[in-house]
Amino acid sequence: MKADVSIDCVGLYCPMPIVNTAKKIRDMQSGQVLEVIADDEGVKQDMPNWAKMTRNEFLGIEEENGRYHVFVRKS
Amino acid sequence: MAEKDKMTIIMFSGEMDKVLAAFNIAIGAAASGMDVTIFFTYWGLNVIKRNEGSIKSKGVMCKMLNFMNRGGAKRLPLSKFHMFGMGKKMMQKLMRDINFPQVDELIQTAKELGVKFIVCTTTIGMMGLTKEAFIPEVDSFAGVATYIAVARESKISLFI
Repeated sequence: MKADVSIDCVGLYCPMPIVNTAKKIRDMQSGQVLEVIADDEGVKQDMPNWAKMTRNEFLGIEEENGRYHVFVRKS
Repeated sequence: MAEKDKMTIIMFSGEMDKVLAAFNIAIGAAASGMDVTIFFTYWGLNVIKRNEGSIKSKGVMCKMLNFMNRGGAKRLPLSKFHMFGMGKKMMQKLMRDINFPQVDELIQTAKELGVKFIVCTTTIGMMGLTKEAFIPEVDSFAGVATYIAVARESKISLFI
C-alpha cells in the first residue's frame, strides 16, 4: 500500500504508537494516508480501534518480518 | 465538530507504577480524541509537586509529613518491590529498555495532548502546602463539586 507519510514506532509500546499517530495525523491533510510501522503486537487491535474512535479510516495492516505496517486515511 | 467525549481520573495514589498506569490510560484516551481531566488528591499530589527546591509547609506536623512525603515526579516509590529505591531503579531500567517514558515525560506528553490537571484544595490545606509546591502544568485548584461536574458528564471515570 502507498502512503503519503510514514512514522517509525518500532521499539515503542502502548500507548506511544497511538500517541505518535495522533500527533502526526494532526499535521496531515484530509484524504492523505499515514503508514505506522510498529513491532508491538498491540497495534493489531489498537490501531483499528483508534481509527474508529477518532473517525479516521483504517485501511489495513501488512505484516512483514515481525513488523506491522498499519495504514490509516485521515478523514 | 461535535463535543468530545470526556474522561476523568482521580489520582489518589502517589506510587510510580500506579501513576504510570493512570498516565498510560489518560494519554491513550487523549490521543483517541477524548477530553481528559485528572484530579490529584491525597498521595496523588506527590505526582505534580516540583522536583527541585524545598517545599514549604505550615506547622510542625505538616513539616514532618512533607519531609517524609517530599514528592515530585522523580521521587515516586514503587507500590511493590521498592526495596529502598533499588527495585525502582531496576524497574526504570526495564522501562528504558523498551523505550517507555518516565513519569515526568508522561506529564509533558499528557499536557501536549491537552489533558487537564486539577489539584484538590482540601489535601493542600490538610498537608499545609501552598500552590508554590506544584509544577506549572497544573491547570487549577478545586474541590469535589468540580470533579463531580466533570465526572457526571464523563463516559469513563477511574479512581487510581
